Amino acid sequence: MKKLPLNYKYINLIITIALFCGLFGVGSGLYTGFFSLQVLLNMLIDNAFLIITSIGMTFVLIIGGIDISIGSVISLVCMLSAYLLEMKHLSPFVVIPAMLLLGSFFGLAQGSLIHFFKMQPFIVTLAGLFLARGLCYLISIDTIMITDPLYQIAATYRIPFLFGTAISVSVIIALIVLLAALYLANFTKFGRTAYAIGGSEQSAMLMGLPVARTKILVYTLNGFCSALSGIVFSFYMLSGYGLHAVGLEMDAIASAVIGGTPLTGGVGFITGTVFGVLIQGVIQTLIMFQGTLSSWWTKIAVAFLLCLFIVLQRVIVAQKDSKKSIA
Amino acid sequence: MENRTNKWNEFKKSQLFWPLVALCIVLLFNIVFTKNFLSMEIKDGHLYGVIIDILNRAAPLMLLAIGMTLVIATKGIDISVGSVIAISGAIAASLIGGKLEYVDGIQKFVTLVPMPVAILAALTITTLIGAWNGILISKVGIQPIVATLILLVAGRGVAQLITQGQIITIYYKPFQYIGTGYLLGLPFALFIVAVIFLVTMYAVRKTALGLFIESVGINAVASRFSGIHVNKYIFLVYAFSGFCAGVAGLVICSNVSSADGNNAGLFIEMDAILAVALGGNSLDGGNFSLVGSIIGALIIQSITTTIYALGVPPQVTLVVKAIVVIIICLLQSNQFRTLVFGRRVQRGKSCEKTATELQIH
Repeated sequence: MKKLPLNYKYINLIITIALFCGLFGVGSGLYTGFFSLQVLLNMLIDNAFLIITSIGMTFVLIIGGIDISIGSVISLVCMLSAYLLEMKHLSPFVVIPAMLLLGSFFGLAQGSLIHFFKMQPFIVTLAGLFLARGLCYLISIDTIMITDPLYQIAATYRIPFLFGTAISVSVIIALIVLLAALYLANFTKFGRTAYAIGGSEQSAMLMGLPVARTKILVYTLNGFCSALSGIVFSFYMLSGYGLHAVGLEMDAIASAVIGGTPLTGGVGFITGTVFGVLIQGVIQTLIMFQGTLSSWWTKIAVAFLLCLFIVLQRVIVAQKDSKKSIA
Repeated sequence: MENRTNKWNEFKKSQLFWPLVALCIVLLFNIVFTKNFLSMEIKDGHLYGVIIDILNRAAPLMLLAIGMTLVIATKGIDISVGSVIAISGAIAASLIGGKLEYVDGIQKFVTLVPMPVAILAALTITTLIGAWNGILISKVGIQPIVATLILLVAGRGVAQLITQGQIITIYYKPFQYIGTGYLLGLPFALFIVAVIFLVTMYAVRKTALGLFIESVGINAVASRFSGIHVNKYIFLVYAFSGFCAGVAGLVICSNVSSADGNNAGLFIEMDAILAVALGGNSLDGGNFSLVGSIIGALIIQSITTTIYALGVPPQVTLVVKAIVVIIICLLQSNQFRTLVFGRRVQRGKSCEKTATELQIH
């Protein structure tokens, strides 16, 4: 049999990209005004925060961990920055770095607990989920609006793009994070060590790779990404509220899985994750254009895709295994 | 006397020791700080009191914890129970319906379908949902957390689809009995919990089922080679977890007389996992204790009730829960115990160690 020139690892990624193009094509065929650059850019604008946090999540999944606290951390960052800006009248130039530090520290603490005490990532980050959401409610149970001029500008300013379209500041931040993550994952020792840990932590340790440092750094990086995502989310919502971003962690995990990153670790594509987010975006846009379908169809459609991709991943892995056993 | 100390030592080593200590601490704290904590009174033939209240409110969580314990014993996890609760409530509510009719000038509530049919439908469908999880995990071989993630995402969408995005109110009186009624002076929900608990207890302790489940959790491959139908048991525990979530959904739905696809059972899957962990069960599967999980559920509900009773803002509950989780997990972690107590105190481990030492010499 002629061998496919493709690496099986990339099949998922290609299917994801093809599906995105397909869905976009269907939308363009069905609805007038769908096929435009601005619609595509709007997906980026509306999902910039999800892209940022999903990229952080992809790294965690690559090392075979999981972090379910990100939704709460995003909510905490929104709430705390709203509180500091509005009630304490601090400058955004103080608040933003402080929030990024807070998020990184949160990730660092979780990573340390997971690594040094061999606690399960799911349980540690579950505690993180409760803690961040609880702290959020401690600050205030009501919505705090953000009226800071810098945040207002960041929320409304549109940077002109090709052919009279425009993008927001959030998109620029997301793109910078994407490029940095691509570099980090593919061209640095840190990235290679992360993949090695996901493949087998034991082997990585025996190879003399800095497992402890990399593992904790990955969780720290994820904390940083969620904090950054929280800031972008506060640009988007212009408020802090305890129920912001409920269940966002599952959206992020779903994006990564749809993008070809299995939860077993060792494999992961930053580009795939971005397309995973965009697929959710295109489904939302389709439902918006359709007009009569209710919002819950988004959830059902995303879950359906998630199911499809997971089963596909299983089938591909099973085929690979059977080939191995024959050989 | 020696016999008694032996028994005490045995109990100290048992899985239930620390959970019971934790529960006692919470209760002692309550007795000191909460007014009328222990007092119970009989009104209209019903028992009233803080303790009864805790038991009653913990009912859905206890139901979930029973199902979750078995799932976790097989080294799995089910994060879809919250969504299943929403679906169960939505089905029951939309089938029973809230039609208000006037017959001869008297308000009368009619059901769309008879209540037993509605309940049966809700439980059948939630069991099927659990079975779907089971198929994905046992037959397709997907990781439990990912497989149940699908339903976590889809479930709320489906629940909203059933209720058409609205909160359905149930006016039908007999249905409200499930969550708010009293039998022999005790809340009816407790009897539901007791029946399911006893049946499960019988199944896992008086038959080989419990042993098989533990064996699957400890080493699935070895279990398969020793002739245990691993897939069958994995499938069964998820279906059972779905069933338990369905019952819990009915209790919650009946308690508030309405079905809210969006918020019913939100975050409760986390509480259920927490209850199992607090009960001294390892999340790595293997040995499990249903009694421990029930105690875990009671600890969580007692903490919540304490916080309400103390007049502290209820938002603090989440922070307290987070701290409790961290402390409990730290105590369960060998590395932490070695660090703090200076030596390995894990039960079983020390015996193994001496055994290997003996072999060497």
